[in-house]
Amino acid sequence: MKFTLSWLKDHLETTATVPEIVAAMTMAGLEVEHVTDPATKLAPFTVCKIVEAARHPNADRLQVCQVDTVDGRKEIVCGAPNARAGLTTIYAPIGAYVPGLGVTLVEKPVRGVVSNGMLCSAAELEYATESDGIMELPDSLAVGTPAVDALGLEAVIDFEVTPNRPDWLGVAGIARDLAAAGVGTLKDLSIAAIPEAFVSPISVKVDGEACPAFAGRYIRGVKNGPSPKWLQDRLTAIGLRPISALVDVTNLIAYDRARPLHVYDVAKLSGTEISTRLGRHGVNGDEHLIALDGKTYELTPDMCVIADANGERPIGLGGVMGGESTGCSDDTVDVFIESAWFEPIRIAQTGRTTGIASDAQYRFARTVDTGSLVDGVELATKLILELCGGEPSEVLYVGEVPPAPKGFAFDPDYVGQLSGLSVTPEKTHQILAALGFDVVLGSPWTVTPPTFRRDVEGKADLVEEVARIAGYGALPSTPLPEVPRAVGGVLTAKQARARAARRALAAAGYAEAVTFSFTNRKTAELFGGGQDVLVLANPIASELDCMRPSLLPNLIEAAGRNARQGFPDAALFEIGPTFHGDKPADQRTVVSAILVPKAPRGWDKAPQGDVFTVKADLLALLEELGAPVASLQTAQGSASSWWHPGRSARLQLGPKAVMAEFGEIHPAVLKALDVAGPVYGFEITLEAIPEPKKKAIKTRPAFSPSALMPLTRDFAFLVEKPKAAGDLVKAVAGADKALITAARVFDVYEGPGVPEGFKSVAIEIVVQPREATLTEAEIEALSAKVVAAAEKAGGKLRG
Amino acid sequence: MTDLNTLETDVLAQVAAASDLQALDAVRVAAVGKTGSISGLLKTLGAMSPEERKTQGAAINALRDKVQDAITQKKAALEAAELDARLASETLDLSLPAPYRRKGSVHPTMQTMDEMVAIFAEMGFAVAEGPDIEDDFHNFTALNFPEKHPAREMHDTFFFNPKETGERMLLRTHTSPVQVRTMVSQKPPIRIIAPGRTYRCDNDATHTPVFHQVEGLVIDKGIHMGHLKWTLETFLARFFETDAVTTQFRPHHFPFTEPSAEMDVQCDRSGGEIKIGQGTSWLEILGCGMVHPNVLRACGIDPDEYQGFAFGMGVDRLGMLKYGMPDLRDMWSSDVRWLSHYGFSAFAAPNPASGLS
Repeated sequence: MKFTLSWLKDHLETTATVPEIVAAMTMAGLEVEHVTDPATKLAPFTVCKIVEAARHPNADRLQVCQVDTVDGRKEIVCGAPNARAGLTTIYAPIGAYVPGLGVTLVEKPVRGVVSNGMLCSAAELEYATESDGIMELPDSLAVGTPAVDALGLEAVIDFEVTPNRPDWLGVAGIARDLAAAGVGTLKDLSIAAIPEAFVSPISVKVDGEACPAFAGRYIRGVKNGPSPKWLQDRLTAIGLRPISALVDVTNLIAYDRARPLHVYDVAKLSGTEISTRLGRHGVNGDEHLIALDGKTYELTPDMCVIADANGERPIGLGGVMGGESTGCSDDTVDVFIESAWFEPIRIAQTGRTTGIASDAQYRFARTVDTGSLVDGVELATKLILELCGGEPSEVLYVGEVPPAPKGFAFDPDYVGQLSGLSVTPEKTHQILAALGFDVVLGSPWTVTPPTFRRDVEGKADLVEEVARIAGYGALPSTPLPEVPRAVGGVLTAKQARARAARRALAAAGYAEAVTFSFTNRKTAELFGGGQDVLVLANPIASELDCMRPSLLPNLIEAAGRNARQGFPDAALFEIGPTFHGDKPADQRTVVSAILVPKAPRGWDKAPQGDVFTVKADLLALLEELGAPVASLQTAQGSASSWWHPGRSARLQLGPKAVMAEFGEIHPAVLKALDVAGPVYGFEITLEAIPEPKKKAIKTRPAFSPSALMPLTRDFAFLVEKPKAAGDLVKAVAGADKALITAARVFDVYEGPGVPEGFKSVAIEIVVQPREATLTEAEIEALSAKVVAAAEKAGGKLRG
Repeated sequence: MTDLNTLETDVLAQVAAASDLQALDAVRVAAVGKTGSISGLLKTLGAMSPEERKTQGAAINALRDKVQDAITQKKAALEAAELDARLASETLDLSLPAPYRRKGSVHPTMQTMDEMVAIFAEMGFAVAEGPDIEDDFHNFTALNFPEKHPAREMHDTFFFNPKETGERMLLRTHTSPVQVRTMVSQKPPIRIIAPGRTYRCDNDATHTPVFHQVEGLVIDKGIHMGHLKWTLETFLARFFETDAVTTQFRPHHFPFTEPSAEMDVQCDRSGGEIKIGQGTSWLEILGCGMVHPNVLRACGIDPDEYQGFAFGMGVDRLGMLKYGMPDLRDMWSSDVRWLSHYGFSAFAAPNPASGLS
């Protein structure tokens, strides 16, 4: 919403400057977005008079002028044909920045004659888009008068109107708040009724549903044409285009009183009745309207149509835009003024459907003052009679606006209770009254909001009114009461695990990325997602149209982007949500990491990392997160389809308790994502890690190391190649749980000496004697147990 | 005696001349070995008279000890020389790079989030979470957004396709639905923050379609705007790690709070970067207010008994302000150079003892 200081002063008696007004607006809740002040831009420019103009000695088209300026008599070279003795125009001194030229004036000779400044055209001052010669101003202007004053330019204030305050969409409403805030005195906003001269030959009928209420008036014998300069200036200052007096009057009132109006050319009406109804398009044939913008709109049954010809011909889209067929022109003689009230929701909907964002639509969608229908007609009448002449009929009023807001009880002490401010009841009363509220004192008070303040529904709203006008600056700073700290911290187990995972992975060499929760639906499908319920109806871009089922695709694509920029080595992780349905329980918190080992070549030929690197990082992380790592099964070949089928596995407590998947990403998936492999990675679902048992006592079990030396024994077993070595190790480790504390694979061999289709797996076991050193016989017995256990698992002791 | 003297000179010269341990050992064997020259002399003692044995014995034993000592010393010297030689041959060029090790990092947004959680945890706030995919009730209706009101339009909501029932799920536009869920499931007093991802259908230099918020909620008896102001001022001073901040509350409108405010923090913008806690400019930093009675009612809390405040701030933006990251979009780019430049050490977990950052 834009307005100028002079417009504001129509309603507010004030000596405040623009910066003071802006500050007061900000502190009263009117958030100023922008102030365009020509006074700043045109500060160096002043009125001057040419005393003498003579032909330049060296150039036919130039003149050397003697000019009386604010800086005294100056010799200025000017190329404008209209530069002549006696002309009052605008002077720019050396050093001035000329906005229309984009240059700063420097003293330099023009064809041998030094010009001590410049005489300016309207375009050079950005007062007009083009101009012919230097400005010609009234002779009455004194030399030295600032250009902004000479041209009548003033600052334009643009501010954000919050949706709760439609009354701020009129300058009068802004003036009311500023007066309450102490910036000045509100002038009388009341509008005198103008007596009727005849009975309107046009009647109005509303159906109540499409349009609840409609006030109107016939004015005959008007003379339309361009509106006077003051009105044109007022509209152009805030960026509106003057059209004709009749139209300009409605625009003025829309911005002055937040009251949209429409004026029909009676000669173009068909029949003697204007009526309102819902649109018929699609239910009762086709119905269209060519609106004032020249475009054709379908009039659907949720729109309000203004019609003539016994309700048959649409002549306007109520509250949004009038029709072309009945618009005013310079030939208009008789007019009919519409000042109606439309349902905000209907108008908002119509705006969305048609894409029309007119000043009327914007105001009606945000609720127009239900008390402004007749005032709007009277104010329009007054201005039309002043500008166009004519005589008015009576004011017609049909239908009913929603009832005025009801009064409610209010205890002035509540201001302090809710805001912490100290405001006396007298001050509270004064503020509410200044804002237009009706206050009946008593115990408690009864406060009734005005019709233009339907946002105020209860006592908290009144506290805001009082607090913002009294000033948030006086708010105390009151410490929150101390509360006992939660024992064991405030984080849930899952939150704490996410934090631990973040630190652990960063320590392990992975860089944390944060990526969008979206992906492309096709990509989502590659990773087991893409369900209909997870596809956005209004994505920001087609490649971001689906909620991600996994963090992997975003990380892999990020690695691809980095590679394309010349940084192919990537170790990235993310901790965040994945989506598997639209219920709260379908969202999971996932930890994913990827490794694309393409580090710079090293002299030491150190391995770059592979699927076992991520396995190690994964297991270390799970351990860190308190997962029961020792009990985890490595289920190879059962991981999801986006993994390399031979190089991926699940880590699980059982098939229904899958904690993580890891491996190498399937080359076909990488190809689809256009990323060069291999890419290794893992994905942990935090929800799948069992919650640790809460213990009241933090003591740990006693430390009791054995006094006896552990010993190691090596075995080599032949197993069929597809057999998982892990199963063999598990079997061996389980051969004697009391004695064997570890079993480790130290070699895997295939080749000469090992039958085709088999591999040799060498395992070292660590034996920890408990009570006494083992005898040879006992060690023999243990070895036999190990061999037997291995055999059960398909391993044959290698001879 | 002359023989002994000659022998001594001779053997000691051989010891001195031994160039390596092997040669030295040969000398040792030749002198004090089983059949060595000195050992041989000792064997002659048995045939001597007691008188002679006394003098000769002492002399031979002294000779043997002397030679032994010389050999031990020489052995130590030779060993030291040998070690020196080996070590010299083992020289490595330590200017060569150590094996490549990737350096990980924590994303600045997540570091910022951790800092905020640490500060609010100290102030007695618990951490509440909720789903990103929400329904209309939790994201709008319970928060006092009137049906089809323009305020809803301003939220640029991402929607899913309508279901058969007409219900349309959406991506939460703020973490306020978590406040609703908390108030519905928990009795006052309530003191929580709700960190998480939020979504708006907006993508330009200052907006990303996904961003992070931390919202706060305090519901109790007698909580007023002064408590809100103290909480936020205290938070900001701790967050920006400065002694005190100057803030200004400006009236604003949010459907879910009444009175509502936006808070600005005083800062210095001269010199290109923003310094909080000094200067004369104002920077809008967050929105807040007293929880609207309609919201309390919608969550089953009696607004005549309990009142409280709520606030919401953008984590990404606060992180940018604190750490001087110029562009919001970079935070989502996963550019390894950016992550390494702006990322944080794994061991920089914010805590009150060592500070936040």
